[in-house]
Formats: sequence, structure tokens, C-alpha cells
Amino acid sequence: MSLPPPPPLSPRGRRWPLAIWLAAVAVCVLVIANTRFVADLSAFMPRSPDARQQMLLEQLRDGIIARLILVGIEGGDAAQRASLSRELAQRLRQESGIIGVQNGEADIEARDRAWFFDNRYLLSPEVTPQRFSATGLHDAISHSIDGLAGDAGMLLKKILPRDPTGESLALLEQFAGSGQPRKLEGAWASRDGKRALLLIQTNVDGTDTNAQAAALERVRAAFASLPGRSADNRLVMSGTAVFSVASRERIEGDIHRLAAASLVLVILLLLSVYRSPRLLATGLLPVLSGILGGIAAVSLAFGNIHGLTLAFGSTLIGEAVDYSIYFFIQRAAGIDAKRFWRTMWLGVASSLAGFMVLLCSGFPGLAQLGVYSMAGLVCAALTGRHVLPALTPQTLRLADLSRPAALLDRIIAASRRLRPALIALVLAAAAWVLWHGDSLWNRQLNALSTTTRAEQALDESLRADMGAPDMRFIAALTAPDAEHALQAAEAVGAILREEIRAGHLGGFTSPAQILPSLRTQNERRAALPAPAELKAGLDSALATLPLRADRLDGFLADVEHARQQAPLTREGLAGSASALGVDSLLVHRAHDVLVLMPLKAPAGQELIDTAAIEARIHAAGLKDVAVLDILAESTSLFSSYLNEARLLVGGGMIVIFLLLLVALRSLPRALRAVAPLGCSIVLVTAGLLATGHSLTILHLIGLLLVVAIGRNYTLFFDAGSHTGTAQQRRQVQVSILVANLTAVGSFGVLAFSSVPVLSYLGSTVGPGALLAFVAAAILSPTPDADPR
Amino acid sequence: MPKPFLRPLRKPFAALAAVCLLGSVLPAQGAEWNTATLLEQLSKQKSARGSFVEKKYIALLDAPVESSGTLAFTAPDKLEKRTLKPRAELLRLDGNTLQIEQAGKEPMTLALSSYPEVAAFVDSIRATLAGDRKALESSFRIALNGNAAAWTLILSPRYSRMSDVVTRVAISGSQAEVRKIEFSLPDGDRSEMLITRTAP
Repeated sequence: MSLPPPPPLSPRGRRWPLAIWLAAVAVCVLVIANTRFVADLSAFMPRSPDARQQMLLEQLRDGIIARLILVGIEGGDAAQRASLSRELAQRLRQESGIIGVQNGEADIEARDRAWFFDNRYLLSPEVTPQRFSATGLHDAISHSIDGLAGDAGMLLKKILPRDPTGESLALLEQFAGSGQPRKLEGAWASRDGKRALLLIQTNVDGTDTNAQAAALERVRAAFASLPGRSADNRLVMSGTAVFSVASRERIEGDIHRLAAASLVLVILLLLSVYRSPRLLATGLLPVLSGILGGIAAVSLAFGNIHGLTLAFGSTLIGEAVDYSIYFFIQRAAGIDAKRFWRTMWLGVASSLAGFMVLLCSGFPGLAQLGVYSMAGLVCAALTGRHVLPALTPQTLRLADLSRPAALLDRIIAASRRLRPALIALVLAAAAWVLWHGDSLWNRQLNALSTTTRAEQALDESLRADMGAPDMRFIAALTAPDAEHALQAAEAVGAILREEIRAGHLGGFTSPAQILPSLRTQNERRAALPAPAELKAGLDSALATLPLRADRLDGFLADVEHARQQAPLTREGLAGSASALGVDSLLVHRAHDVLVLMPLKAPAGQELIDTAAIEARIHAAGLKDVAVLDILAESTSLFSSYLNEARLLVGGGMIVIFLLLLVALRSLPRALRAVAPLGCSIVLVTAGLLATGHSLTILHLIGLLLVVAIGRNYTLFFDAGSHTGTAQQRRQVQVSILVANLTAVGSFGVLAFSSVPVLSYLGSTVGPGALLAFVAAAILSPTPDADPR
Repeated sequence: MPKPFLRPLRKPFAALAAVCLLGSVLPAQGAEWNTATLLEQLSKQKSARGSFVEKKYIALLDAPVESSGTLAFTAPDKLEKRTLKPRAELLRLDGNTLQIEQAGKEPMTLALSSYPEVAAFVDSIRATLAGDRKALESSFRIALNGNAAAWTLILSPRYSRMSDVVTRVAISGSQAEVRKIEFSLPDGDRSEMLITRTAP
């Protein structure tokens, strides 16, 4: 040891950092105790720049659609499945928290149909004063009589006496094309007939995963208690709630398992070096402080912390543990603390710069990760700087590392001969990566989804069986209250009906088709003539038709009833299929009401010209209506976020390089410091491509982490080559190797996660850190003067 | 009496029907001509086209309503009924899928098995044209009157969900040509469709 040991701290000087640290820890614990931990997937969905699209995505995610559970009953025969479906529906209808159950039961469907028939004069868009004039009646009734001659004539004649103008058919036409599941033995069944289907609506908020889990459990328990169930009957469920609950379980399971595995790995590694449980415990303090500080900071900044952020947090071990490793091993080697901390702070500063770019990300989850990493690193570094020295003895007795250190030194020295090979390999890999062009990037929306393929396949099959309206094309608008929202929906509906006639549109669904605005209901009621007037009009309308007025007494009575009846309200719909329809399309939110009108492409076409339809709606003076292709919107959003992430990550890397350049005051040294990182990035990217992975945002973040962690290796290799004795240089190299092994271990474990977000990160950073170390060793400068 | 004819008729009631059938058929035709031979003869027709005029006698109306159009059948299970007057309509039956098109409206596709009341109308015609005895007997009891030159096949629904809609279907024709289809409804209304064969 050629340098004198650092001056001993006075007891007072030792106590202050400890006191402050303890106080800070207490504050963090207090904040964390009040933190909400969330696991819904929204944090890793892009946040839309456009407020209108944003609300739409939120609504699709958290609104009624998130409250629907698709249920299938499998096994047994069709009759048994249908009876289980009825029993299950009956039980669930009595459960609190479950608003509606649809399963195609005849009496319930009949009730729903009857509701439409009974209220046809308030619901039909055809009800106008002209229609109920003598000529209007004549035209409508002769049209109905022509209908009797057609294929459905024998079915239509039943409704003609009460509905000679065909209002119920006009209603039916509005819903044409919104498919219903097929029916088998009186209950909804899948297309192949092997599954009975139910649709359940809960009152659980889409973001409340606990309540969603409880609702799913109620369905499972109800099914398990059905007496008619046999051993081969199975219950399958899908929907947003199922996805959320399953992902949360998977993420939580992975966090527990992987965090435990990486902790054990790191502890074993450190114990073998430190040979002292006390030192080990002290060495973990920066990590723990970092995690506490990170969680508290995210909680304060965002109001909650995402499970995935926490999972990344466990990987902070990777960088924070390095601080104590470098500190202990280099201190034991008697390396000047000032010099050591100068290198260390440079590392921390450039990491902060790297993570800071994440704060600009449009992904809330990544912004959380940025805050977490920055706060965590600062806490860990401060703890390492001020608390560790206070708790460590002046002279450290670590395991005797001189022999492995000498071996490592020889290996590193020998590896320098591999430089040409490494450079050739990196150039070849770079060429191969560039040759991929844009296919390098994964722009698929579901690339980061935490649902498994099996879950997605089940969901698709249940949705197809259910004939659920495809929510791809939507006209959306907002209004201050339900009445205005419905009036606007009616105005848009009038334009959409013209588009249907022009063949630009196949059909649309609107909440106003089920629940017209009060204004429209009143207008329709006012269009209905008083009994005497209607009777007179009817007599003259029927003069040339083969139908006598006395057959239509039911019609006269129904019209008079409609004239007197109270207007339809949402409350009056409770429990019916219509309520489900209205709730899913007319969404009450904190400050306004959102209307969603799903659009259907014309027969034989897959696409709708959303821009043209939006232009026509805007031309009619309805400026606030957006016509969206959800798939295209989200894909382009996602793509733009990938581009954003590329810029941010590239920018972060440049910032790190500039910082190094300023700190090292030498372009060649700075270039040497980043060269191994460049090699590692190129090789990891090539490796990912070779194993069939195109790059997502998470891979990019992983590469940024590789730079943040690997940069410490090159800095210390650089510092080591200019540091005192050969023995000290070797100790530095050992500290780098130990730090590297902990990083590779803790990130490598993540690669085995079943959650894509975690495994992408692990499979990038684990190999990346290792390659960065190897490349740093191969490219490390020859020591200034080797005394050997 | 060929053996295959009796084989499916296991239930006594069906057997009784068969005996009645024999009583009506045998004296007129001898052993040469019966339901089996008629259906076999029909099943040899791989395709057929015709124009139709359909009259519906509905009590509610003072006069029958009339429609007309074309019919096309392709063995074994495709049937197309194209109504031209008074309003254009298209019914296309292919296997279990029924496609309905009406002028100015979205085409509709539905599974026939989910709509027994529709199946009663279309399946009786298709199965007869196809000479598909199994399909006919699964839904109807069959009786045959007349002779090869002028026969009438009478189909009575076996199950109530069908007989609630149609009480009787009478299909008449000459040799392998179907000329008239009559539906009788429970409320006394009926429809009558006259078919004129056209060149394929």
C-alpha cells in the first residue's frame, strides 16, 4: 500500500450521516406505507398525445368493455351445457356486483324483444308527422303488405295488426349485422357448438384488480357449486378483468421468485468475496436505501407504483451493489478514496443522465422507471459515500483475492490479443444488424402485452363466438350531459344513415337507438296523431288496400298508449340487454359523457374511410366528433413511441458520452471508454435478432442500462490502468468482475420471466453486461507501467 | 317392398304411417313406384331451375298476395330462391347457412339450426328436391299420393316447434319435376307456389 489510509473520522463526523440516513429511511418507509401498488397494464400502454384519443383508449380499457367477462362452459353434451348455462346465469343474477348476465335464454330474450316492440313508437327513427298522415300511412302499410308476399311474410303477418307501418322492422334493421351467438338447446353456444356461452357484466372498476379477482372468483365458485355439473365440465373465462388478474398473478409470482433468486445469487457471490456477514449486510445498505428511496420518489411523483417498476427495481441491485463492491474491494486495496469517488460520481452522473431521458417518455411506466432509477441511484450513491465509510472498519480484511486477481490479470492481458477478432466480429455483427433495416424493430402493439398466447387465443375464439361488435371503427364524441350526448349521437346517426345509403358504411350502433334523447322522444310522441285523427287517416289510407281498418284496433291502441306513456329512461332499462348496450356506448365520466358509436364496414369490405366520414360529419357542423380506426391509431401511436424511444435512448447515450468526454478531458480516452459499450450493444442486438427477437422499447431501455452499467467497467479499467501499483490494478479488476457477475446474475434471472416486459429486459441486460465486461477487458489499455 | 324402406321405421307410429302409405300407394302403383323410387328419381337431378309464382292466402287480408321470381337447386344442399316481385329478395341456403338479402339492406347470414321456424319452410323444399330421405324423415312424417305422372308428397312435421309454424307441406309434381309446393299454417292461412321448370 503506497498511499496512506484516509484520515479517520471523528465520532461526531461519523454520527451525522448515520442520523440523517436513518431519518431519511424512516420518511421513505412512511411514504411507502401509504403507497398504492398497481399492476394493471395501462402504464405500459402508450399515453396518447391527443386528448381525445387518450380518453378513448382509456375508455376502451377501463370502461364497460373492461367490465365484461366472456364465459364458456365446455365438456359434456350440448343439452347439459345449456342447462348449466341457465343455472349459472340464475345464480349469478343474484350475486351483488354482477349487473347482468346474458346467455340467450328464450324468456329473457323474449322480454328484451318485447321491450323494443312495446316502445317502438318512441324508438323508431321513421316516426315523423308525414308517416302518420293519410299518404304516409298508405305508403307504409302497402309496403308492409308487400312484405307479406315476401319470404318472411308468414312470420310478419303476426305483427302486422299491431304494427302495420313496420316500425319494429325499422328498429330491427338498425341492429342488423350486429351478430348474435348461435343457439343450441336454448342457450348461446360457440360456432362449433362445443361450448355454451355467457356474457357477464360486473360493476367493478377496470383498474381495481382486487375487485376484478373477487368477481372472477364469484363466477368460479358459482360454477363449482352447480349440482348438474359433471367432472368433465370446464369453465373458461376471458376479458379485460381476466387478463388483468392473470397478469398481476404472473408479475407478482415472477417478482417474488426472480427477486429471491437474484438476491440469493448476489448474496452467495458477495459472501465468497467478503467472507463477512457484517460486511455483506453493510454492503446491501446502499441497495436497500436505493430501493426505498426509489419507491418513495415514484410514489410521491405518481401517486402509485407499478408492479413492473418494482420488478425493475430489483435489478437496481445490479448497479447499486456495484458501489459497495467497488468501495470495499478498492478500499481494501488501499486505493485513494478521493480518486475512487471521483470515478464513482462520474459513473453516477452519467447514469442519471442516461435515465433522465426516460422522464420524457410517453409511457407512464417508463417515466416511473426513470424516476425510480434516478432517485434510487442517488440514494444508493449517497449511502455508499457517507454511510458506508461510517460503518466500515478502517482496514478491511476480505478474502484473499490475490491469486484469482493474478489469474484474472493474466487472462485480461492475454485477451488483449483478441482485439482484431473482436473488432472483426463487431463489424460483421453491425453489418448484419444494419442489413435488417426496419425489420429490426417490433412495431406490434401486443409485443409488450403480458397476456399469454393461449389467453389471447381463447379471448379471440370467445369473442368470435359471441359475435361481439368489433370495436375497431368508432365515432366518438363527448357532451356535458346524457341528454346532449344523445342528441349529438342522433345528429351523427342521421349522417351515418346517409353514408349507409351511399354504400360507404355497412351499419352503426348508437346508444340513441336504444335510448333516444328526451327531445327526440317528445318529437316522436308529438308526431303521433290523436285517436280520431288517426282513425280518419287510416280509413283513407286503406281505401285501396286489401286490409280493413277494423283489423288494426291493436295499432290504434298502441299508438294512443305511446302518446300517453312516460319517456324511456336508463333506469327503466335495468337488468336488460338494452341496459348493457346503453352503458357500453354512453359512458358517464367524472366531468362529461362519452358516446361511442361502433361502425361497421360495408358488406364485403374490411375497411372504412374514416377520414371521409369524419369530414362529412364535420361538414354538417358537428366538429367535435372523431371517427377513429382504433387499430391504426394504436399501431401508429405505438410506432411513434418506438421512434420516440429511439431518439431518447440515442440521446441518453450521447449525453453519457459527452459527460465522459468532459470528465476525462481527452477524446481518445472517452472513445476508449465507450468502445466496449458499443461492441456490447452491437453484439447483443445481433444476438437478439439471431434468436428471432426484433427490438421493442424495452430492449432499447435494456441497451441504455447496458451502457449505464458497463460504463463503470470501462471507467475503472481506465482508472485502474493509471492507478498506483500492479496489485491495486488487479484489485480494481477483481472489483469489476464481481460487480459484473452480480449484474449478469440479477438481470440474467429476469430473462427467465414469463412476463415479456421483464424477459426482454433480462435477455438484453444480462448478456449485454457480460459482453460489455469482456469487451472492456479486451479493449482495456495496457497498464502504464507493469512492475512484473 | 324393398328392405331399406322399412329399416328406419322402428317406432310403431311410424310403422302405422308406413302401412297407411302402403295402402295408398300400392294399389295405384304396384311394386314399381313408391316414396323410395320417387325420392331416388328426384335425387338423380343434380341441378334444377325454374320460375315460380307464389300466392299467400292470409285471413288478415281481403285478397291473396302474390310474389314471383326464380328458384335454383344444386345437389346436394344448395337452394336459391330469388324473389323479383313485389320486392327483390334473395334466400340462399347452403348447408346449414341461410343467407338473406333484401334490396337496400345489409345481407344477413344465419345458422338454419338456430331457427327451426325458418327451417320448416326451406328444409322441406330442399330435402325433397335433393331426394334426401334421411333429412325429410328426421323432421317429417311422409305420405305419398297419386302416381308417377301426378304425385303429391305430404309432409307432416314430427315436432311441435315446427308444427307450430307449418302443419302440413304438400309437394306435388310429375316424374322428377316438382310443380307445386303448398304450406298450410296452424291458423288456417296457406301459401301455394307454382313452379315452371326452365332450361338449366
